[in-house]
Amino acid sequence: MAGVAGGNDFQWCFSQVKGAIDEDVAEADIISTVEFNHSGEFLATGDKGGRVVIFQHEQECKNRPHLRGEYNVYSTFQSHEPEFDYLKSLEIEEKINKIRWLPQQNSAHFLLSTNDKTIKLWKISERDKRAEGYNLKDEDGRLRDPFRITSLRVPVLMPMDLMVEASPRRVFANAHTYHINSISVNSDHQTYLSADDLRINLWHLEITDRSFNIVDIKPANMEELTEVITAAECQPNQCNVFVYSSSKGTIRLCDMRAAALCDRHTKFFEEPEDPSSRSFFSEIISSISDVKFSHSGRYMMTRDYLSVKVWDLNMESRPVETYQVHEYLRSKLCSLYENDCIFDKFECCWNGSDSAIMTGSYNNFFRMFDRNTRKDITLEASRESSKPRGTLKPRKVSTGGKRKKDEISVDSLDFNKKILHTAWHPKENVIAVAATNNLYIFQDKIN
Amino acid sequence: MFPKGTKRKFSDSGDEPAAGGEDVNQPSSVAVRMLSSYSLQRQSLLDMSLIKLQLCHMLVEPNLCRSVLIANTVRQIQEEMTQDGTWQIMTQALSAANAAAQCSADRLVATEVLCRQTEATQGEQVLKPFPAVGSEGCPAEEEEEVVVEEEGEGGVTMSTVSPQAPTSYLPGTFGMDPCWEEENGEDEEEDEDSEECGSGSEEGDSDRLVGDSRTAEQVFGTFEIKNPAPSPDPALEELFSDVDASYYDLDTVLTGMQSAPKMGPYDLLESLSSHGPSTLSSSTSCRSDLNELDHIMEIIVGS
Repeated sequence: MAGVAGGNDFQWCFSQVKGAIDEDVAEADIISTVEFNHSGEFLATGDKGGRVVIFQHEQECKNRPHLRGEYNVYSTFQSHEPEFDYLKSLEIEEKINKIRWLPQQNSAHFLLSTNDKTIKLWKISERDKRAEGYNLKDEDGRLRDPFRITSLRVPVLMPMDLMVEASPRRVFANAHTYHINSISVNSDHQTYLSADDLRINLWHLEITDRSFNIVDIKPANMEELTEVITAAECQPNQCNVFVYSSSKGTIRLCDMRAAALCDRHTKFFEEPEDPSSRSFFSEIISSISDVKFSHSGRYMMTRDYLSVKVWDLNMESRPVETYQVHEYLRSKLCSLYENDCIFDKFECCWNGSDSAIMTGSYNNFFRMFDRNTRKDITLEASRESSKPRGTLKPRKVSTGGKRKKDEISVDSLDFNKKILHTAWHPKENVIAVAATNNLYIFQDKIN
Repeated sequence: MFPKGTKRKFSDSGDEPAAGGEDVNQPSSVAVRMLSSYSLQRQSLLDMSLIKLQLCHMLVEPNLCRSVLIANTVRQIQEEMTQDGTWQIMTQALSAANAAAQCSADRLVATEVLCRQTEATQGEQVLKPFPAVGSEGCPAEEEEEVVVEEEGEGGVTMSTVSPQAPTSYLPGTFGMDPCWEEENGEDEEEDEDSEECGSGSEEGDSDRLVGDSRTAEQVFGTFEIKNPAPSPDPALEELFSDVDASYYDLDTVLTGMQSAPKMGPYDLLESLSSHGPSTLSSSTSCRSDLNELDHIMEIIVGS
């Protein structure tokens, strides 16, 4: 990776785009989650239609060494189906809220995918050989007449076209009354947590009929409900530690060794409010939409409506770094409240070395921040700005009166084109950006 | 920044009545204007928030996080308005209107909020200016399928919301035509509150007046059903006994949907629900549904 010492000097190039080109976007095709696996070889996406598509990183071409390999479709399967809750007369959406890969332990790959109510463990395995020469069956599967069998033979494994099978191995259902917003695999590789608006449950991957409730913030009297859980994640190194964020902009770190029910936090992270910028929307924009630990486990990052904050786990009083994503929207909060955009839940992600962070914005813009140099860049994920292997041009939103050439004014931003989900390859400078129904893959130019 | 469609009409500062209590003492008209502009903004934010809370997606459960954040915003505005004294003024005016109306508050709300066309069709002559204005005055409102209530229910509906209430505000502090909207804001809460107090029958407690100063607790408290319709069938109760009832309560108002046994007095929610029976006489059909369910259970259990 370039610039290890002095910071990252990325030159992002367009690599691929997946998805339909039509202007008419089918609701079911809208991508709702993007996740690389631990090696970066696989990239999984989930959509509103309940489908999971897995892309595999092809081997680099020997005759074109300046290109890293491309991601091509590896497997597609229907993870969740729409359901109907008869008791409440409400539909349960099949939209995949989150996908989390399990660390690979054998030749098969496992991932957890969840919708609002049910989590499923999927096994994705390859089959490239099949047995031929059965005694009791014909090649097409029909049973042979026993009287015709005159000799015995040993079946032989013959190569076949690669077939990728996805099968649901576990279904973790009926544990969440409210909508699941997060799942996180524990570092013990045996348990995982799932969080909904008011509760967090701890599961064992092998056991589907039981889960432990470890956080419950539901008030006895629902009239008193003023705060909900918005995201939760396990600490990557310590299997007893996890954090959860709230709609009031706070993060609580809990230690499962302290008590069975972790309602009392071990650490409480909250930045004191700036009284000069208080408005009716202060609470809404402080609501945290995503929380992610750094790979090192020492820091965590939170995303609220206008900014990304990096916290040192050892300091609860305030974040160590704050990055403004789209401060120019602060004066537009009322309109954004009216059209509900203020409730959009943006995600954020770290790069493999924790030196850079990325998050999405509107108008298909996404932002990257270099933690060392404090430089930031705005890029766009659109077909117009994506020439094959062309370097992405930095974009700028003009905030003042004079709009320079190539800048776009705040009022021209398209708030329907929002980038909520982004992912960064754990080892290389490859990023995946979901723009509505299209998945863009960008790579850093190898010098 | 104003939501779309809100009229920014602001007449001369001389027109402001004492209703805008906090403005009266301001010496300069500019300051007065600024304060009124702030009040206007705040009021439209309140209205917008209340409408957002009510118009929930029919088929899918609404986002709890969003609902909580909007409710907190409403609470915040209410607290500020209570401190200003504006809140008391509004509620007093509405109480007066209610007394004049002599109708059940919940019916008042159901029609006011959603039936902007309905009151015109009902041939009421009082609020003539409002139907035209109201629809544009309400930002981001979906055109809901409106339920026209049966005449048999005896509804003197919003037509009897007396003219006094609107005219006292009309050119007034808030400077916008739909002060009817601010009544709406109130009435929606009143409705929910009366639901909270209501018994099983939809005709019940019709003359219950709304309390004067409404705290956030009362508003948010309407999200819980205090007196659910008692289940007529013990076998059915057993069937639902392991349902987490408390979730159900918040759920019903936030989603605007209820399943058959709890339909009872919640006119507003029924009118929102496209699944639910469309008239207030639904409770009888609920009972027949329950009997059917009982019958089915008998078959399954084989008793």
